Amino acid sequence: MCYADVTIEKAENGICHGSAYRIAMTCNPNRVRRSLLLSMIGWAALAPASLCAEAPPLRIGLTPVFLDDQVSFLVQWRVWLEKRLGRNVQFVQRGSYREIVDLLRGERLDFAWLCGYPFVRFRRDLKLVAVPSWRGQPLYQSYLIVPADDRTTRSILELRGKVFAFSDPDSNSGYLYPNYLLHRQGENPVLFFSRSFFTWAHRKVVEAVGVGLADGGSVDGYVWETLAQTYPDLTRATRVVSRSGDLGFPPFVARRNVPQSDFRAFRAALLDMSSDPAGRELLAYLRLDGMVQGDEALFEEIARMAKTLAK
Amino acid sequence: MIRFDDLTLRWKIPLRVMFAVVGTAIAVTAALVAWEYDSLRQNREGHARSLGKVLANTLVAPVLHDDIWRAYEILQSAREPNPAAPTLQASIVLVTDANYRVFASTTPRTFPIGSSPAELGGAYAELRARLKQHSPTEQQVVEPPGSALYFVMSPLVADGVALGHVIFGYSKTPFLPQFVDLVERAILVTLLVLTVILPVSWIWARKTGEPLVRLAGAMSHVPDELEAATRADIPAGKDEIGQLWQAFRRMVEELKSKQELESQMLTSERLAAVGRLSAGIAHEINNPLGGMLTAIKTLQRHGPSDELTVQTMASLERGLQQIRNTVAALLVETKTKDRPFEPADVEDVLILVEAKLAERAVNVVTEGQLVHSLPLPATLMRQILLNLLLNAIEAANQAGMIKLGIMADKGLLRLSVCNDGEHIPEDQMAYLFEPFATRRAKGHGLGLWVVYQIVRQLNGGLTVFSEPGYTTLHIEIPYDETQ
Repeated sequence: MCYADVTIEKAENGICHGSAYRIAMTCNPNRVRRSLLLSMIGWAALAPASLCAEAPPLRIGLTPVFLDDQVSFLVQWRVWLEKRLGRNVQFVQRGSYREIVDLLRGERLDFAWLCGYPFVRFRRDLKLVAVPSWRGQPLYQSYLIVPADDRTTRSILELRGKVFAFSDPDSNSGYLYPNYLLHRQGENPVLFFSRSFFTWAHRKVVEAVGVGLADGGSVDGYVWETLAQTYPDLTRATRVVSRSGDLGFPPFVARRNVPQSDFRAFRAALLDMSSDPAGRELLAYLRLDGMVQGDEALFEEIARMAKTLAK
Repeated sequence: MIRFDDLTLRWKIPLRVMFAVVGTAIAVTAALVAWEYDSLRQNREGHARSLGKVLANTLVAPVLHDDIWRAYEILQSAREPNPAAPTLQASIVLVTDANYRVFASTTPRTFPIGSSPAELGGAYAELRARLKQHSPTEQQVVEPPGSALYFVMSPLVADGVALGHVIFGYSKTPFLPQFVDLVERAILVTLLVLTVILPVSWIWARKTGEPLVRLAGAMSHVPDELEAATRADIPAGKDEIGQLWQAFRRMVEELKSKQELESQMLTSERLAAVGRLSAGIAHEINNPLGGMLTAIKTLQRHGPSDELTVQTMASLERGLQQIRNTVAALLVETKTKDRPFEPADVEDVLILVEAKLAERAVNVVTEGQLVHSLPLPATLMRQILLNLLLNAIEAANQAGMIKLGIMADKGLLRLSVCNDGEHIPEDQMAYLFEPFATRRAKGHGLGLWVVYQIVRQLNGGLTVFSEPGYTTLHIEIPYDETQ
């Protein structure tokens, strides 16, 4: 799915204003480069001088594959990682998966908690570090949800001509899977819905469907279930119509050329979280059992869907 | 049923002032409330217009980029409840595209994305009509008739082209609670002010009306109780009430002197009538009396001289003589030729009453004296003096005092005799000079009658002042100075 030319023109002016505009430029590689350049300048200016003297901080990109808007939790997690790794850790958050992927590939980040879909797309540039284990398995599902007052819809096919909410164009559960589903049914995903939009976070898909802004949405099952526990009002306004098969849980990845020592240390820290009381507390907050080393084979199904759609 | 016109000024003036005060308070309150309501409305419209412009500018990019979620989030933030200003809360927040189709709204179930609000009909169809009539790049305030809402439509303008509109719908009646609150507060403040102003103006108004009320009260005593009429407590200012009061007092004084004059005239007319009557009777008695006395004289001289006849004649003569004396007293004759009144006459009279004075241990003080003789009949003048002094001695307290004043000047003789005895009651004053009007056991009550008759015949005047502690008889008799 590509945006119109007008969008690109506007984005040039609004380059510093927000992620929503920048994502529009993904169609044009030249513009992406310019955006990156600006980001780098920004980073150099913002880096605290005191940290430059020591070992450079470990930079970890975060995406809305989990509820990444809980600032106090992130501080605790960062403190835990710093203690465990013996060095500064920096969490980097951006409005879209694509920005984090770009930062990672541009070596501005060392690690990232990413969705399986961008991982398989950029597998050449990335290394699998660990996969969170949820409900005993490093697997999750994509949920198709509709507003709770819609009691009839049984499948995505019944949403023809309706308004649909995706989370992020680089999300497996929030974009790739529903598109694959439509494709498999012989539908053209671009024309199937009358309108569709991105909310750039799974939680917001739940909100958009809950208030009726969208007639349906596709959301990360893990996020939906976690919300059902922490913010039941949000999920209660929605109804899960169908669930995908098991898919590889959004993994922690590293850029391909990250120093081996950093890679090992970070992987060890993640894998050890479940054996440390503070780490378990953090995992409990995330509703995760722990981290497993995982295997790229976990993401084969995602890779297959992506390949099918790319054809 | 009491008519307002019949009400006393004591109530009428304060009531009118109350009406004026309350009326003013209500008018001022109503004006303030109306003004406040107007400014509330203008305030909200201004707020809606500026918010609409800001939102329209912010929403240009999301609409251009087809970013429904971002547009929704922006709208949502504009609709977040603001408890400080609930009236500024829009009930409808909507973004439409250039074809008047919903791009995003805060109430997607009412306004689904892609639908036309005009399908809802009513006000929303009217909005579309308005959009077509006016320049699409112009901000508009629309109040569709029959709708509970009014709308502010702000265009999303990019490069001079309207991409759509942000539409705020505001309830027309959200001011009601605020308005009621405003009215309540205004009434409270008005009542507070009135509780201060009302008693003050009531008192002022009462004060204004009070002198008039008192004046009216004083007037009600006229003409029966003139003394009470002038006793009212009315401030002696120079305002109209003061002038009225002065005029009223003058009128009462004149009324009083007129009444006195009338009662004097009544008294002297009565005395004159009594005088004429007694003179007539005296004449009628005198003629046969003279005959009878002559007959007795003749009988005594030429009649039988037995003892019984002599005794009977003597007793008849004595009785008739007493009648003659009494009648003579009633008939005061001034026509007889007499010698002039001299200073020695006064001394004679004082010597004559000495025995009486000593009897009651009364002291006489003489003020003034006669320097030379006056052309007045001495016998009558002595009679006046004697009668007055004897009366005074009788009336004076035991071991009391009498004051005799004599003065002759410019053809007028003034005599006054004052005693310190019990005063003459008001009700007896009118009959004081009538014959046989005595209050005493002794005397025949002709003394003052004789005095009065003499003074009248000498063209004089007689005045009595009697107050507790003293009684004065004052006599003025004119005389011919040229002699």
